[in-house]
Amino acid sequence: MPMSTESQVQANAPAKAPTNAPANAPANTLINTPGNEEKDGKAFRPLIVSFCCNWCSYAGADLAGSSRLTYPADVKIIRVPCSCRINPLFILRAFQRGADGVIVNGCHPGDCHYSTGNFYTRRRMALLFSMLDFLGIEKERTRVEWVSAAEGARFASVMREFVEQIRRLGENKKLGDIRCKE
Amino acid sequence: MLKIGVFVCWCGSNIAGTVDVKAVVEAVKAEPGVVFSTDYQYMCSEGGQSAIRQAIKEYELGGVVICACSPRMHETTFRKAAEAAGLNPYMVEIANIREHCSWIHKDKEEATEKAVVLCRAAIAKLNLNKPLFPGESGVVKRALVIGGGIAGIQTALDIADAGYEVDIVEKSPTIGGRMAQLDKTFPTLDCAACILTPKMVEAAAHEKIRLFTYSEVEEVSGYVGSFRVKIRQKARSVNRELCNGCGECIVKCPSKTASNAFDEGLSKRSAIYIPFAQAVPNLPVIDREACLRFQTGKCGLCEIACSAKAIDYEQEDETITEEYGAIVLATGYRPMSLDRYDEFQYSQSPDVLTSLEFERILNASGPTGGSLLRLSNGEKPKSIVFIQCVGSRSDDGCGKSYCSKICCMYTAKQAMLVKDKYPDIDVTVFYIDVRTPGKNFDEFYRRAAEAYGVRYVKGMVGKVAEWKGRLQVQAVDLLEDKQLLIDADMVVLAAAIEPDPGARKIGAMLAVNMDQNDFFTEAHPKLRPVESPTAGVFLSGMCQGPKDIPETVAQAGAAAVKVLGLLSKDKLVGNPCVAISDETLCNGCSSCEALCPYDAITFEEKQVMVQGRRETRRVAMVNETMCQGCGACTVACPSGAMDLKGFTNRQIMAEVDAICR
Ligand code: FES
Repeated sequence: MPMSTESQVQANAPAKAPTNAPANAPANTLINTPGNEEKDGKAFRPLIVSFCCNWCSYAGADLAGSSRLTYPADVKIIRVPCSCRINPLFILRAFQRGADGVIVNGCHPGDCHYSTGNFYTRRRMALLFSMLDFLGIEKERTRVEWVSAAEGARFASVMREFVEQIRRLGENKKLGDIRCKE
Repeated sequence: MLKIGVFVCWCGSNIAGTVDVKAVVEAVKAEPGVVFSTDYQYMCSEGGQSAIRQAIKEYELGGVVICACSPRMHETTFRKAAEAAGLNPYMVEIANIREHCSWIHKDKEEATEKAVVLCRAAIAKLNLNKPLFPGESGVVKRALVIGGGIAGIQTALDIADAGYEVDIVEKSPTIGGRMAQLDKTFPTLDCAACILTPKMVEAAAHEKIRLFTYSEVEEVSGYVGSFRVKIRQKARSVNRELCNGCGECIVKCPSKTASNAFDEGLSKRSAIYIPFAQAVPNLPVIDREACLRFQTGKCGLCEIACSAKAIDYEQEDETITEEYGAIVLATGYRPMSLDRYDEFQYSQSPDVLTSLEFERILNASGPTGGSLLRLSNGEKPKSIVFIQCVGSRSDDGCGKSYCSKICCMYTAKQAMLVKDKYPDIDVTVFYIDVRTPGKNFDEFYRRAAEAYGVRYVKGMVGKVAEWKGRLQVQAVDLLEDKQLLIDADMVVLAAAIEPDPGARKIGAMLAVNMDQNDFFTEAHPKLRPVESPTAGVFLSGMCQGPKDIPETVAQAGAAAVKVLGLLSKDKLVGNPCVAISDETLCNGCSSCEALCPYDAITFEEKQVMVQGRRETRRVAMVNETMCQGCGACTVACPSGAMDLKGFTNRQIMAEVDAICR
């Protein structure tokens, strides 16, 4: 597995407490880990799929936009009605197709527009992520975040921080044999 | 293959400043299905919309992708434009290249690249879109109000005055609720009964209102527009048609030892009783637990006393089923039990009272006939201590975390009423904060403290002890930073309020959630404060959160307006993006049913064709009116039978694929 112990240690910390984005994460430093080398002279740009529920997180992302808060263009958002609509298969598919990280965003627990949806999300993703980890897709490549419609700034900072984390991890090569990305 | 048109918006310079729109237009030309693509300065303007309409006709487009601002802004606008050109409105997809792209990226190359990807994802999804048609359902032009306090009465009156039928279901034998128990109301000091009883009578006499008192909602099925509700009318043992309300039976009843709930248990009542003099309906009820006839088989004096022959010992509960278009919850509150506040001697000393009990003592029809007396010895008190926030704003685990909101004001009122009648009584109020955010509230509180000489002490009481036949209050004065010992004859505790315990059962029947404090949650705390998360169910009064009478009445009116908005429609148009079950795949496991928050999934035995054979199977059916389209069931379904229209598995997968290309 193309991972150095050093990056594992670094990346482990935020994964344990995913809601507290560590502000002290090293700023945009490309640590010299395999997968992080410059490819064709270009810095590694991860491919990140960010699922957002329509009512809170998608609106939070909109607010980040209207507040002009920047985060890397590597993040591509897919809108779903509720975080509970996110089938684990979508996440598997993303990794198979070459995503380097997947982040699931929903309303804060108790605030789901459909009242209980995100409780299911929480449980499903906990199971899925540990299974993915077991398969070799490190826990740090996946994350669940609760972002409300009012938390534009948080949405942007969570995305920045997640992208940074994936950059440090480098490219996702685990599913290389069956994925389409070269 | 679907013919797709792509429209890229500049949004002035908002998008075009960072995204090379022309490059996007070119890049998506090769995408599957795209037969036309263009850019325009403002897609949402009339010019932009007419460009969409024209292109749909000219190129016979089957679907359009708009690359513009967030779908939360203009999705409806573009759907309408497409519909005007004869397209199904759900054949429109939006790629959000403003909020999620041009506004957050600085680098033009990067932003353009991302815009292309987002647009591709929208195209990939659109290729799998199907025209959707929202379902329609009828509306039963009648409302049900659960709870007959001031909130319920006001809601019912407002609905009925607009010409619609309303039923009120109230569990106690009379309407009126908590407000009927109050003596005076702040900040004007009008007598509660004087302003409430006319409303009670008006509700009872209103030709559009039916009262079901001593009744409970037992079962609810159905959905917005047509709820079916089973109402149990408990047996009063009195025939309502025959009874003329003379009250002779009450006088003759020999069993006079039942606790009188209307007086908060401070007095006794007979087994056959009317809760209070102005009760509506003025119809007695036999408390079978207390009645000698029911308990021992001997007696029957009320039957003899009744000249109208209205007493009916054989009467049984009756259940009726009615249909309603809308339901309003107005289940109210009660003061919380103070069993866990033993430091105040509440359960030991008859002179330690809750504010509601004290209210009854102040009331002329209360247990003392309105004279201010100590319940222990019947003497007039010389000193009264009020303790605020008992159980409110507490983090000790016994109380409530919230502020009960009304206590500061009613304590000021009660203190003022005492001082007004008996200026010689010492009145002390212990408070944490005095909160008076209401019209004329602060003036009222200051009048109590300044004009009436009520002593306000900032500090919490540690203990109340019985001492030489009186009460001793041990407290700290936080401003003076000193210990206080005050002798008191009565101590009045402003007990926190809590939602009525019956609310939980009703909430569960209607799939209306409660917050951590058991108050019903609103559909949106700011923008939809009187709507519950369940369509067609509305909230009125204290069941949603602490509030005073004016606020309750205002909210009752607001709930009524929402009900009227619903009842005035002939048809309800649903959201077509709902779950759909493929009966050839469904294996009837019920995984979906358990987690549907709206009870929208039922099972039916059905003949289905499986691999060319006819089979009878138990399969899931989605009620499209009840389904709100969250999609929880789609993920839970192990056989892959459940899907969500408008966000199908294949559509989302296609988006993933397009992004990860
Ligand atoms: S709607 Fe946001 S998590 Fe359910």
